[in-house]
Amino acid sequence: MSTDPLVLSADVLVIGGGPAGTWAALDAARSGADVVLVDKGYCGTSGPTASGGTGVWYVPPVEESRQKAMDSRDAMGGHLADRGWMRRVLDQTWENMNELAGDGRYPFPTGPDGTQLRRGVQGPEYMRIQRRRVKRAGVRILDHSPALELLTDRSGAVAGASGYRRQADTHYSVRAGAVVLATGGCAFLSRALGTNVNTGDGALMAAEVGAQMSGMEFSTAYAIAPEFGTVTKTAYYNFATFYRADGTVLEGAGSQGGRSVIARALLSERVFCRLDAATSEQQAAMRLGQPNFFLPFDRRGIDPFTQLFPITLLLEGTVRGTGGIHLAGENGETSVPGLYAAGDAATRELICGGFTGGGSHNSAWAMSSGTWAGRAAARYSRASRRSGGKLLPAGGAGLRPTGTPGRPDGFRDVLAAVRAEVHPYDKNYLRHGDRLAPALSNLNDTWGWLRSSLTAPGGDVVAARQSAAMVAHARWMYTSALARTESRGMHKRADHPALDPAQHHRLLVGGLDELWVAPSDWRRDLGSVAS
Amino acid sequence: MIELVSAARCIECDRCIEVCPTNVFDRTAGGLPVIARQGDCQTCFMCEAYCPVDALFVAPDAEPVPADSPLRDEQHLAETGLLGSYRDKLGWGRGRTPGARLAIGPALPPPRISSAATAGAPAVASPDAPPLV
Repeated sequence: MSTDPLVLSADVLVIGGGPAGTWAALDAARSGADVVLVDKGYCGTSGPTASGGTGVWYVPPVEESRQKAMDSRDAMGGHLADRGWMRRVLDQTWENMNELAGDGRYPFPTGPDGTQLRRGVQGPEYMRIQRRRVKRAGVRILDHSPALELLTDRSGAVAGASGYRRQADTHYSVRAGAVVLATGGCAFLSRALGTNVNTGDGALMAAEVGAQMSGMEFSTAYAIAPEFGTVTKTAYYNFATFYRADGTVLEGAGSQGGRSVIARALLSERVFCRLDAATSEQQAAMRLGQPNFFLPFDRRGIDPFTQLFPITLLLEGTVRGTGGIHLAGENGETSVPGLYAAGDAATRELICGGFTGGGSHNSAWAMSSGTWAGRAAARYSRASRRSGGKLLPAGGAGLRPTGTPGRPDGFRDVLAAVRAEVHPYDKNYLRHGDRLAPALSNLNDTWGWLRSSLTAPGGDVVAARQSAAMVAHARWMYTSALARTESRGMHKRADHPALDPAQHHRLLVGGLDELWVAPSDWRRDLGSVAS
Repeated sequence: MIELVSAARCIECDRCIEVCPTNVFDRTAGGLPVIARQGDCQTCFMCEAYCPVDALFVAPDAEPVPADSPLRDEQHLAETGLLGSYRDKLGWGRGRTPGARLAIGPALPPPRISSAATAGAPAVASPDAPPLV
């Protein structure tokens, strides 16, 4: 039974309670703002960091170390990252991680020389601490409260959001002086560890108020997992040899530098794996380093060091790809007044270029961009005159069909349609124009009918909205992928296998019914910060 | 996927209902949480980590396991030590050392490309490779 909607107001509304959202909420609150944080699930367990854990780009402020860190992914990223942004992120991450160890009392391990090792965090511990810190800072948290759409004032500035409280079966709205989107990337419900809350909702909401995306062609991330499971932690596959079903070695396969060989094989056969290069000392350390890596094996009675087990690749899309909402300034501002983006919801090309931000860069980006967006949103909220006027809902697809509403479970058809175009390795991973173009055409058709007919009653409105967000996401991905007629970073085109120096630019993409894509001169616009 | 809510162990604190990021559980009048939407389970193991009495078990499979699977058999899971094993590894619970404090993984070897010539050979990290934490 629905009850009356919950109506709140705040200086800053943060949407998403993963690393970026919690740092944003914390730093907005510490800047004096009254903050509400809403999470689709539970702030503390939601998203890939909480269940996965991650390395962190934590590099001492020593010039030589910093240079080496900045050099490490430059070529792999296709030279699209920016040193000024990297420096800022390294500085802010250093500060935030030290705070996590200090005020946060995160139990970092101690190295042989007696100093703490702060280059990684276990997800459950990190996010449990972040929730506690956010609550202590006075932030009001609404769990199980997916945001459905942004609200704007008459000038078009973002002034809040509304959503659905699924455990109370009631809607809510929050009027706010500024909104931070920290909704994560999009992994298209692949079940890659912890990512099923990451359905690209923030990007859709942002696009509906006129924001743009950047780097959406860098969305070919797939992670290794046991065939039956969901644990997509890939670092330890550096100890692996990959095999065919007949026990012969799958030549050329590898976790790094040979993952596409695995994808190609998986199109026609099963692939097996064994971590046969790990010594017993290494094996023991692995169990301490990443206990969740072993959950599938221990529970299935598999010894991954001596027994072959089948593997698969799960889509991680823009969670470990680098595409996301384009930032118009140094503090997480989007091109829309009142709207900020942080973490995986925003593009990570600024520090990763076209190479994956997985491992350490995304986590550093999440905490840095979260801090900046939180502070900037608090400042903006304080400075802007809050309109008391009526707010306008900005949501379209999945909420307000332009034509005759279709079946209430139409979102299932949308999900099936988007899955069929983005999950297959020969479409999204092993890219070729001849396969991308029809896939995009199908997605455009899907968008056409969902825009005119998709909606759902009650709590299913969340599923409808998510399915629409994923279709929008996939269309931006493939529009950019078709426009980038070269291979750069993780985006590799079989029909354009070489890097083209003339395409040394980032690609902006946007639009909902009609899509557009255009190169961005990032060295002149605000995407580049003076070093 | 979540396969077990142990009626014998559950203290009806409803913590799992609160923390599940994909809202798989429902409250019931009887008190024992029920797995209401197993299909929404993303197999992230978080409910298990937060259950204070090890009453939950998440099978590592992305799909439901067969009805006769030992991964649904509470007695088997208890006897093999699987029940509560993730919380134990995380070091969550009174008197335990946080797993995070012990989490020093091996130094990672360089990328390894499968080849019949080197299969099974030990992977050696370069001497200056830092341990993975």
